[in-house]
Amino acid sequence: MHFGPHLLLAALEGLVTSAVLALTALGLSLVFGVMRVVNVAHGEFFMLGAVLAWAISTAISGHPAIGFLAALVLAPLIVGAIALVAERLVLRRLNYNPEATIVATIGMLYIIQQLALTFYGPEARPVEPPFSYRILLPWFGYSGYKLSVIATSALLLVATWLVLTRTKIGLVMRATQYDSETAQAFGIPVDRVYGGVFALGAMLAAIAAVLIVPISQAHYLMGQDPLLLSFIVVIIGGLGSLRGTVVAAVLIGLSDGIISVFFSPTLAKIIATFLVAMVLVFRPHGLFGTASR
Amino acid sequence: MTEASPAKPYALHLGVIALLFALSFVLPDYHHGLLARIMVLAVFAMGYNMLFGYVGLLSLGHAMFFSAGLYGAGLTVYHLGWNVPAAFAAGLACGALLALVIGLLALRTTGVAFMIVTMMFAQVFYLVILYFASWTGGDQGLVVQQAARVLVLGSASLDLTNPTVRYMSALALFSIVLLITLAIVRSRYGRVLVAIRENEERTKMLGYDTFSNKLIAVVVSGTICAASGAAYALLFGYVGSSFASVQYSILPLLWVLLGGAATTLGPLIGTLFMYYVIDITSGFTSAYLLIVGIALILLVLFFPKGILGSIRQRWLGWLP
Repeated sequence: MHFGPHLLLAALEGLVTSAVLALTALGLSLVFGVMRVVNVAHGEFFMLGAVLAWAISTAISGHPAIGFLAALVLAPLIVGAIALVAERLVLRRLNYNPEATIVATIGMLYIIQQLALTFYGPEARPVEPPFSYRILLPWFGYSGYKLSVIATSALLLVATWLVLTRTKIGLVMRATQYDSETAQAFGIPVDRVYGGVFALGAMLAAIAAVLIVPISQAHYLMGQDPLLLSFIVVIIGGLGSLRGTVVAAVLIGLSDGIISVFFSPTLAKIIATFLVAMVLVFRPHGLFGTASR
Repeated sequence: MTEASPAKPYALHLGVIALLFALSFVLPDYHHGLLARIMVLAVFAMGYNMLFGYVGLLSLGHAMFFSAGLYGAGLTVYHLGWNVPAAFAAGLACGALLALVIGLLALRTTGVAFMIVTMMFAQVFYLVILYFASWTGGDQGLVVQQAARVLVLGSASLDLTNPTVRYMSALALFSIVLLITLAIVRSRYGRVLVAIRENEERTKMLGYDTFSNKLIAVVVSGTICAASGAAYALLFGYVGSSFASVQYSILPLLWVLLGGAATTLGPLIGTLFMYYVIDITSGFTSAYLLIVGIALILLVLFFPKGILGSIRQRWLGWLP
């Protein structure tokens, strides 16, 4: 294959990564933006989504699309419910103290990971894609499912943006993010908003995982990379900024795809992680973020 | 403060050291080996406590300082054939240098950003170890041969693979670091660190240069952790990338939280307690990460001060 088509293939792969990453990172960003909580267990909610997708799609017989659609609806709901319980039982009691919540979410990470290992096992298991249609480009055939992942993710991002900017729920969330005490004084149930946002963040990660699981398999350790990449995206995009998160996800996904096609993936990770740490040291509000008050 | 107050803590610490020394002669083989390992890892926890407990800086990247010592000592022995003291010094130097560089960068940030930055630098360090697998052995690790682990002192030579020598070396390192920490936290400098933890702005206003004080604390903490890593490589003969993974950044946090942050003996108690909890429960479940996770959550929810922290609050106010 020549350089041009090779680059196109790398870019397409990168866009698939970006699409999934944008959803996952958006969940992390919402939780940080509204609640000021760094959720270290976010990657595990992603993993749970994938594992549940496998469980649901194998439990339902018939055409793979039925099982997949059921997983796409049910897995995020279950993950959201688990996140809500964790938030009520642990984070709320800690009064959302930033350092205590980090330690507590590290604890959640270990618990979820170990339970997945115990009940799901150490194997990586595939989920059948809902359809297997190959789009023939002049140079190579490309999976139609992968393109549909990009489209679905874009739709969900637009939907989230509309909810945040055009609905009352979004207004309440933004008010809580802007100043939770004043929001409380105006009668916004800040406590319930926090619970809902934490569940929503986990659900976004779970949706992303269900979308990616037909491409890469479900495994109990699969939450590590998305966690780190989401951190990178959220930091570069500016903590709590939706537009920045999406731009950064596309940037990171594309460069990750292209760099790992042409160089060693470990080297790509080293460079990306180091650069992001440097961004955080010298531009603490991200490349696109504005200073918080 | 009464007249006897400065003597009490020193008596207590010397007593703990004497107790550990005496235990060497009565413990059965298995626990003897385990305790040697716990003492080396308790040094790691003490280094972590220096920064987390006394300065209030929560780092999620201390595995890199531990493994800087581990690899600094392990690789010089393995590839260059250095003797034990030189390799140990190399480990310390690596840790101190790394801590200085990381401190200069990471201390520009505060709070949550500090945790994420330290975690990311540690991740870079971990990936670099994997990337240079031809020298570091990658995730397989390296085994330092028995012949290389002999400490030659004049005409006498000590075989560090011998259980008694190993226990005594671990105890010596542990005692030195314990007394150094005790001296630091009781000094004027230690009080400045606590002042920074309690209110950095006010400390700055009182005329203290908080940045360089914090930087010194990062270097001291990193060097102590590196000492633990270097001792681990030389005493137990194994050098592997899993010690640089994020899990080994979280374990010292757990040990310190459990034993009691900002107490000199807390790290030892926390490490001892957690090691034995895992050791006992591993008899009937392999799910030890579950226990680590539950312990972390219960600790932050109900005992944020840890075992010794709670004891100090209730009964023994003089505990350092």
